[in-house]
Amino acid sequence: MSARKAQKEKVVKTKFSLQLMWKQRYLLMMSLPFVIWLIVFKYIPLWGWTMAFQEVKPKNLSKHIWERPFAGFDNFIKAFEDRMFKQTMINTIGLSILGIAVGTFMAILFALMLNEIRFVKFKKVAQTISYLPHFVSWVVIASIAKMVLNDGGMLETALHTKLGLMSTNSPLFWASVVLINTWKEMGWDAIVYLSAMAGIDQGLYEAAMVDGANRLQRIWHITLPGIKPTIVVLLIMGIGGALNVGMERQMLLSNGIVQDHAMVLSWFAYVRGIGNSNYGLGTAIGMFQSLVGILLLFLANKIAGWLGESRLI
Amino acid sequence: MAKVKANRIKSRDNILDYILVVVFIFLIIITIYPFLNVLGISFNDPIDTMRNINFIIPRKFTWSNYIYVFKENNLAQAFLLSVLRTVIGAGAGVICTAMLAYVLSRKDFYFNKLFTTLFVITMYVSGGLIPEYLLLMRDLKMGNNFIVYIIPGLIWVYNMILVRSFIEGLPLALQEAARVDGANDFVIWAKIVLPLCKPVLATVALFYAVGQWNSFMDTYLYAKELPTLQYVLYEIMEKAQVKIDPHAAEQLKNAVSPLSVRMAVTIVATVPIIIVYPFLQKYFVGGMTVGAVKD
Repeated sequence: MSARKAQKEKVVKTKFSLQLMWKQRYLLMMSLPFVIWLIVFKYIPLWGWTMAFQEVKPKNLSKHIWERPFAGFDNFIKAFEDRMFKQTMINTIGLSILGIAVGTFMAILFALMLNEIRFVKFKKVAQTISYLPHFVSWVVIASIAKMVLNDGGMLETALHTKLGLMSTNSPLFWASVVLINTWKEMGWDAIVYLSAMAGIDQGLYEAAMVDGANRLQRIWHITLPGIKPTIVVLLIMGIGGALNVGMERQMLLSNGIVQDHAMVLSWFAYVRGIGNSNYGLGTAIGMFQSLVGILLLFLANKIAGWLGESRLI
Repeated sequence: MAKVKANRIKSRDNILDYILVVVFIFLIIITIYPFLNVLGISFNDPIDTMRNINFIIPRKFTWSNYIYVFKENNLAQAFLLSVLRTVIGAGAGVICTAMLAYVLSRKDFYFNKLFTTLFVITMYVSGGLIPEYLLLMRDLKMGNNFIVYIIPGLIWVYNMILVRSFIEGLPLALQEAARVDGANDFVIWAKIVLPLCKPVLATVALFYAVGQWNSFMDTYLYAKELPTLQYVLYEIMEKAQVKIDPHAAEQLKNAVSPLSVRMAVTIVATVPIIIVYPFLQKYFVGGMTVGAVKD
């Protein structure tokens, strides 16, 4: 750490000169291709946001950008007035809040329990197995989830009841998605909390034991406060990404019946933009998602600051 | 008195140990039971499967489902494509990420701040699906071309930051010594930095490889003519959903039940990763922590 600091302090703002460029020619050669790659694949699509203010359909797609009809905010208005928009927003926010709440709670609970296991071998095996679903693709997870949770699937056969987890067109579908997601990511998400727990001063636990605190009291008064900064940082990131519910998971887990409660913003952008070939409208939806996401991130960050917590940015 | 109290706390704490073991055995079962069930169905006689799907050990063991999917579903080609994109994508990704990360770890590099900012911004803002789609399909003509699997997602900024943090933690003296000996920056990177980065590069390689192997959306959007394993599995799932034709069931009885086929493909799409990730565990757990602490 101190070496790093020294390294930082040593940097004096040097002036641009050709000699310096020549001296750093290898560094330039080793980074410029990637900067060009970045501009092509990440910044040119950002420039594509201009399409949100134009009418872009297949018929005028080949035209130059300045020849396309200017549409002002028409695409945004069209998106907000779309019959699917309201339900899509409700789904996106509902899934996010439920996902963050349940996912965070379960990951912390899992990490707390794993941290308390004293049988080292068993702990290792349990942890390794807990990572397994994280590494498996959503297509595979969907294939398995449909076998287990569909009507007449494993679970319904085993319980001899009808649950309709994947076939009820109601917020129950959100619950199914969140359940599957938590099953997939719980073990992986716990890693960060476990490493935060490993950083807690062991002396605190010894002192608490001398004072007669039992295990639950130690967890409540030492472990949880110890990982609080980590929880806050991850919650900020979660809220910042609240609108970024991936379309892959939604598309793969849903089916025609539950469509109304599976549709999320990113998927909506795809359906309108590519499905209906209204590129301007699709871009506008994507831009709305991105901008609100940044706004949410700053907001969550501010709130964390007011509450006296460490900030992310 | 105090001793009795201490003992009582101790015994209560010990009970907690056993409760935890029971809870975790339950968790392990709900994690791996679905996978074992899939494995069982994939090896079970298809007609037997139609009657009952809740079992782990096949009653009539058979390879026929696997033989069927490799013969009928073009699975061999899809498998090859998945392997190719994983090997090439992860290999190129690791080299490029390591190179860029080294340059951006050099505080004396004139453009360090500028380039780092340019990369980090893209973690928070992206143009979104439609502009990317038009760029790749219309402007760059990458549709149904293998490079669409490799180039657009070449570097993940998150992985670059992981590697950069790791390099910043290395002692500078080694680099200085090499520089005194007349080595240029490229040689320092290749001969000194790269070998020291092995642990973090193993982590990043795993992330890239898993991302490539599991990737589905890019095939769906850009390259349906180059189906990977994940995409083939998706197609089988979609087909199973639209089977309304009453005669289809009759025909299927003679061949293979759709569930058996799906489960066999599911296993083929899963097994390579399950075999690899436990061996890299010590690396990625450490790697995750490095990133979490320093950035």
